[in-house]
Amino acid sequence: MTTDVRDVVIIGSGPAGYTAAVYAARAQLNPLVFEGSQFGGALMTTTDVENYPGFADGIMGPDLMGQMRDQAKRFGAELRAEDVESVDLTGPVRSVTANGRVYRARAVILAMGAAARYLGVPGEQRLLGRGVSSCATCDGFFFRDQDIAVAGGGDSAMEEATFLTRFARSVTVVHRRDEFRASRIMLERARHDPKIRWRTNAVIEEVLGEGSVTGLRLRDSRSGQESVLDATAMFVAIGHDPRSRLVAGVLDTDDDGYLRTDSPSTRTAIAGVFAAGDLVDRTYRQAITAAGSGCSAAIDAERWLAEHPVGAELVASGG
Amino acid sequence: MGANTVDVTDTSFEADVLKSSKTVVVDFWASWCGPCKMVAPVLDEIAGENKERLTVAKLDVDANPSIAVSYEIRSIPTLIVFQDGQPVKHIIGAKGKAELLSDLSDYLG
Repeated sequence: MTTDVRDVVIIGSGPAGYTAAVYAARAQLNPLVFEGSQFGGALMTTTDVENYPGFADGIMGPDLMGQMRDQAKRFGAELRAEDVESVDLTGPVRSVTANGRVYRARAVILAMGAAARYLGVPGEQRLLGRGVSSCATCDGFFFRDQDIAVAGGGDSAMEEATFLTRFARSVTVVHRRDEFRASRIMLERARHDPKIRWRTNAVIEEVLGEGSVTGLRLRDSRSGQESVLDATAMFVAIGHDPRSRLVAGVLDTDDDGYLRTDSPSTRTAIAGVFAAGDLVDRTYRQAITAAGSGCSAAIDAERWLAEHPVGAELVASGG
Repeated sequence: MGANTVDVTDTSFEADVLKSSKTVVVDFWASWCGPCKMVAPVLDEIAGENKERLTVAKLDVDANPSIAVSYEIRSIPTLIVFQDGQPVKHIIGAKGKAELLSDLSDYLG
């Protein structure tokens, strides 16, 4: 089953996807947005967003995404809570398949974002949801007055550790190096928190526990010495991997899977296909930069559509 | 709350879930859980489309901690399928409709 040909389909529902939707809808491009089964992107699992301009007192991540979603809807973007299964980006009409149905569009904006990375050590996947978590805001509540751990050394690890002290008796930040990628403000905040403990140069070798997490087996990266850290939870905050699998082999990525674009534009190697947000950005990865590039992608798509008027074959099919 | 789901609490859990003659899917959620908000509309749809076969019950873990503790919930959203008072399946984490329907397929037949 197929549908009429649209101007633009947007895949993704984080700041990049919704901002592209706002701009495309306002440009009368009647965008169709595939939000995926989990709308809102990475900010849905965060708490206070303190650095998104315009919110002097900060805003909760899910609230910010709810606002962006409503804004896209207000201008007529059509939102579908479906995961895209495959795309065909060749030819003048691209097709996007979701839930067994084929949708067609002249231009496509890719904004699938990035997915939380896991350590890939024994015990981790088995104990996912049983003490292993990548969402402190969702699961911190269940570890009240317990001793827990956070894996990672960047801003998200500091944010999660600081947030988790609301519930936990102690939070141990386990980091494989002794230098931190986290920004100074986030690191200082964590360092001043009396509930936060530190295990640096510590590599997590295994997550221990039968029905639920009981501890982590650590190896000191300098001495090689092993030890066990007692913990009832491990919150993983070691970064994200771009979700570029949908276009693997079709569009060029770098070694880490980030899509390549003709920067500073959002053009990909395929004309009429644009990409924005964390899917592309290995440097900044902020909500505001994702939103900014989503805006660029919508404008790039709008211009491209204007420069490539509808062909006779599409007029005939009602596009 | 969804139009097709029922709210259950620590006090109503026994009558509404454990003693129910129908299969009950309990959605453990909380207002501060972003992924729970993503699953809610999907669950409501599934509930609406399968009214004869199952009940979807929502339990706010913040307001009703004791049930969450007794079923050892450590992550939300978590769905637990109950039949004849017994938990028969756990589904942990936010999922899309197709995946949820496939996870629940044994109880929708």
